[in-house]
Amino acid sequence: MAASDHTAAQPDHDYVVELRHVHKWYGEFHVLKDINLQVGHGERVVVCGPSGSGKSTMIRCINRLEEHQRGNIFVEGNELTNDLRQVDAIRKEVGMVFQHFNLFPHMTVLENLILGPTWVRKIPRKDAIDTAMMYLERVKIPEQANKFPGQLSGGQQQRVAIARSLCMKPKIMLFDEPTSALDPEMIKEVLDVMIELAEEGMTMICVTHEMGFARTVGDTMVFMDQGEIVEMSPPSEFFANPKNERTKLFLSQILSH
Amino acid sequence: MTERTVQPHEDWSRPPAATTGAIGWMRKNLFSTWLNSAMTLGALYVLLTTIPGLIQWAFIDAIWGDNPPEVCKNVPGACWSFIYEKYRFILFGVYPWEEHWRPLLAMIIFLTLIFGSCIKPLWALGKWIIAIWVVGLTMVGILMWGGILGMEYVDQSQWGGLPLTLFLATFGAVLSFPLAILLALGRRSNMPAIKAICVAYIELIRGVPLISILFMASVMFPLFLPTGVSIDKLLRAVVGLILFSAAYGAEIVRGGLQAIPRGQYEAADAMGLTYWQKMGKVILPQALRITIPPMVNGFIGGFKDTSLVLIIGLFDLLYTTRLAFQDVNWRPYFVEGYVFCALIYFCFCFFMSRYSQWLERDLVKGQNY
Repeated sequence: MAASDHTAAQPDHDYVVELRHVHKWYGEFHVLKDINLQVGHGERVVVCGPSGSGKSTMIRCINRLEEHQRGNIFVEGNELTNDLRQVDAIRKEVGMVFQHFNLFPHMTVLENLILGPTWVRKIPRKDAIDTAMMYLERVKIPEQANKFPGQLSGGQQQRVAIARSLCMKPKIMLFDEPTSALDPEMIKEVLDVMIELAEEGMTMICVTHEMGFARTVGDTMVFMDQGEIVEMSPPSEFFANPKNERTKLFLSQILSH
Repeated sequence: MTERTVQPHEDWSRPPAATTGAIGWMRKNLFSTWLNSAMTLGALYVLLTTIPGLIQWAFIDAIWGDNPPEVCKNVPGACWSFIYEKYRFILFGVYPWEEHWRPLLAMIIFLTLIFGSCIKPLWALGKWIIAIWVVGLTMVGILMWGGILGMEYVDQSQWGGLPLTLFLATFGAVLSFPLAILLALGRRSNMPAIKAICVAYIELIRGVPLISILFMASVMFPLFLPTGVSIDKLLRAVVGLILFSAAYGAEIVRGGLQAIPRGQYEAADAMGLTYWQKMGKVILPQALRITIPPMVNGFIGGFKDTSLVLIIGLFDLLYTTRLAFQDVNWRPYFVEGYVFCALIYFCFCFFMSRYSQWLERDLVKGQNY
């Protein structure tokens, strides 16, 4: 297990998240090939690429929903290893928003929001409810607090999911294709919330195909293909002047209409 | 100028008569096709030939009331006098006759506890429910055993009939449930040793009939104990039932766990919940809801399986019924005995079935998914 040969590996404290020479295999299939990525405080990274390129796998490694097999991942200066307490400590600081929302259907919206704060952060229930209502205001659905997720639209559910992550007061937010499962008319309401969040200075890594969003808020564009980071540059340069052939091809495919 | 009269329209405010009401219902459900009509008529024929005979036997020609067995001789109907004569034996077995009020009262307390726990508004009592159960069960124990408060001591080898069946079924079901959950979680554990133990246990127990487990618990187990140490027969039977139903319950719970989408596990993990928080707060509440129908199916099966304890010499309800018509005078009336016994079983099983249906509906109320 190469992830454990970290005797010399020291984190760089300028970064919230740092991936160094990260590799991952599913059986024989090499899904992540030598990934190097640094994310600074308040930086917004947008990851794009064709399906199966390893984008989701990469960000899922950052909170250990997937295990990397080689290289080092540091979050807030702590390395992700097999130490479960370390993993739980890192997960507290990393918020994640999923493509399919993954709200807990047997709990009301409010219960979804206070679960983490009360059980993981051990915040008194009353304070957790106040925080939860504050974030529900921010995502503009305080009136849905006592409904069940199944009674909300997709866009509302995703906004609840974002609020749920924010209630944990994370240092960084990971977004795994947050608008891909939404009906077109609901994409905007979710992107608006994400833009607002970015403007407040939240550190974010977003896997998304929303290029308008990338242009508006992104500091860094990361293009992945076949498990590699092919190109990494600021959005202005990335869209105007892509270097790599694969990037050009990808951009021509998604921007052609 | 003639006044225009509104032509009487076809009435659109209600559906055509032939599709609603009793006639519409019959048309749709009983006579929709030729095959359906034939089956309806066939079923009707079977009912018409059996039901009147049954009513004739059970009610019209039957002998009611407290009569000696001679009255029933050569009577074509049921002899319910047998039940009048024997119901106390059937219900309470060989428990001392003058003390029958004790198991009766114990049973009433026990059933009150069970039915009370099923009533939703009372769930608000929360932890008090456990306290009430402890007090209730202590009272049941005092009544059944006696030995204090001027009550004569009655050894548990003299317990029998309905109280015994209820105790076995309830403790078997209630106590096997947490064990089933642990086994199911163990079977899905990442830890190889725990997984192997759980798989081995489940497969071993499921591969063996309940009778052999009870038999082993009763006959073989004491052989391994040092001389002088003995565990009570009733306790061994309960433990046998718990171990047996836990293995089946574990597979039911595992099915429920597998039905929960991976995203639920991931969302709980991403939040930083520990394994037990994740299971207790997120996964099990959803998984157990799915497993209500098969679980209750298992409980109903388990309730009836308790009748197998007769092979280790416990006097459960079915066994006391059979003993009741061993009486030479009443031997011909075993059908009446079985009918009586079956009705008692049916009441409890039917209650469980209806309650589970209500519970299932109630738990998803408002959740729309």
